[in-house]
Amino acid sequence: MLVPEAVLDRAHEDVHKTQPWNNPDAVPYIRFENVTKKFGDFYAVDDVSLDIYRHELFALLGGSGCGKTTLLRMLAGFEEPTSGKIYIDGVDMDGVPAYERPTNMMFQSYALFPHMSVEQNVAFGLVQDGVSRSEIRELVAEMLGLVQMSKFAKRKPHQLSGGQRQRVALARSLIKRPKVLLLDEPLGALDKKLREQTQFELVNIQEKVGTTFVMVTHDQEEAMTMASRIAVMNEGVINQIGTPFELYEYPNSRYTANFLGQVNLIEGVLVDDDEKYAVIKSDEAGCEIYIDHAVQGHEGMTFWAAIRPERLRLTKEAPEDTKYNCVSGKVEEIGYLGGISTYHVRLASGKRIKVTEPNSTRQIEPRYTWEDSVWVSWEAGAASVLNQ
Amino acid sequence: MSSDKLTLKQRFDRWMIKHGRVLVIGIPYFWLFLFFLVPFLIVLKISFSMAEYAQPPYSALFAWIDEGVTITLNFGNYLFLLSDSLYATAYLNSIRIAAISTVITLLIGYPMAYGIARARGSMRSVLLMLVILPFWTSFLIRVYAWIGILDREGLINAFLLWTGIISEPLIMRQTEFAVYVGIVYTYLPFMILPLYSTLEKMDISLIEAALDLGCKPWQAFVKVTLPLSLPGILAGSLLVFIPAVGEFVIPELLGGPNTLMIGRTLWNEFFANRDWPIASAVAIAMLVFLVVPIMWFQHIQTKQEEGQQ
Repeated sequence: MLVPEAVLDRAHEDVHKTQPWNNPDAVPYIRFENVTKKFGDFYAVDDVSLDIYRHELFALLGGSGCGKTTLLRMLAGFEEPTSGKIYIDGVDMDGVPAYERPTNMMFQSYALFPHMSVEQNVAFGLVQDGVSRSEIRELVAEMLGLVQMSKFAKRKPHQLSGGQRQRVALARSLIKRPKVLLLDEPLGALDKKLREQTQFELVNIQEKVGTTFVMVTHDQEEAMTMASRIAVMNEGVINQIGTPFELYEYPNSRYTANFLGQVNLIEGVLVDDDEKYAVIKSDEAGCEIYIDHAVQGHEGMTFWAAIRPERLRLTKEAPEDTKYNCVSGKVEEIGYLGGISTYHVRLASGKRIKVTEPNSTRQIEPRYTWEDSVWVSWEAGAASVLNQ
Repeated sequence: MSSDKLTLKQRFDRWMIKHGRVLVIGIPYFWLFLFFLVPFLIVLKISFSMAEYAQPPYSALFAWIDEGVTITLNFGNYLFLLSDSLYATAYLNSIRIAAISTVITLLIGYPMAYGIARARGSMRSVLLMLVILPFWTSFLIRVYAWIGILDREGLINAFLLWTGIISEPLIMRQTEFAVYVGIVYTYLPFMILPLYSTLEKMDISLIEAALDLGCKPWQAFVKVTLPLSLPGILAGSLLVFIPAVGEFVIPELLGGPNTLMIGRTLWNEFFANRDWPIASAVAIAMLVFLVVPIMWFQHIQTKQEEGQQ
């Protein structure tokens, strides 16, 4: 409702192909229907309905204990839902054991069999299915080539580095050509540099094999880099589903806005609501916020304006028009990160606002220093308005 | 501070850093030397002497003759072990009974260890306690208790006669069956504990991975759990097999006159025949029989540990 019509209205033939979730006729590949999972009295997953489409790289994003892993494990067949239905490619998964599901999983710990070589690990699923020996040899070689592990075929898992194990685990879970590949924190055990490199490799491999990927992660950057769509989860419930772009630009709640990237949340009440614009008066920040579109609500209702730090402008002089979207304060903290600088500005009201500015030109000395009086201002379109 | 002005404490600390390791390792080694190696050497010495009606009842190995030490080694005892089929039969019988007992212990102990390893946290310690609990009563008393259970007038017979399933009491005591019952009962914890510790360490996600890749639960067990618990199986089996071979009390109290085991033979040589040299030779031969598998086991274990690092 808070997403402008223009974003949703890009219904076009091309869009239907690349964004099946915007095509009302598209048939979901994976479907959760009112799925609930209780452990004792605890609702790990609470009445979740979710459609995932073919060839997607779908990310379940949330903090620990939000139910994302339980959702994944129910898809794999390691947990049965307390109530609700799960369909994969139109087939009801109720009562189908893990070993008969068209899914394969890449475990967080990789779960490589320590008593088997890389080759044997990768071949395991095929051997189990009774595939002929020559065919296994061919497929294993091909798969090890795909993950660039051919050289290590004879090694045991303990002789591999973390990144190499991750590749073997990926090869092992892909070799049976599952309809859905499940990835539980696939890059969690890798160090930062390797993780960034592997993110793109995983996406490339996914594009090459065309398998539908569903991954669980707590790392918003990882989710945004890799996923076609993300479901943000909290306390067993999905807060919002959307593309990384949609989630970042049009969060539907303070939780999502906070979870993806950084945000300043300014609380205020609606004082003027027109067809074309709206004004929110904030005592917290001591200013009036002008919004360039209508807000659904009545005057006097509480709203939050969510403004990303990089959309704020920092100036020493007051802007020409200080009526709307403008506050003054003092620089309290400075973080110089090289490419960008972050500033914490303490407003007269006591609220702290975070501003990031690119250091796009070379300066003789830092632009601002502690205790500088500054003005913080923003465009009418910079804020998204949240009511929860 | 110059080095010649060290306090006593500093000197001690330096000395400990240099020699502390030797000291720490030295104590148990000294203990083993004193109470294992020395008695062993004495027994070895006796095994090469001859039986005599004397005190002690064997001939001296070293003698002063013509101002030199003469060593008289007598291999006769070992040759005698080979010549009398009684010993070979006793050895083979011991190994057979110990081997069968080990297999039975493994078959009973594995599911128990598996159950304990997969039980919930609080339940697990209770179950482990129950396994260890019998050790708190004397081993001898527990074997005597089995006499009471297996006897002609024992608990089992009384119960079966009372229910009318049998009309004549079953002969269970003084049979090989009773020996198996005794050994399996006594050594079960030695099988369960090492098995438990390997199974408990195993990552559950390995089994999930096997299921995920198409294994039915029993196939996952055969392909993943079983091979990964092999070190535990090996450790438990040796812990049961080795003492069971030399077991004396159980065959003596529960077994019949036909249950010939090497432990009993040894006892008879020492106390009934008072032939210490033969008894010593029996003991040494048994040790050799047992040391070889232990060394083999340790060799495998070090190799495996190296592999895991």
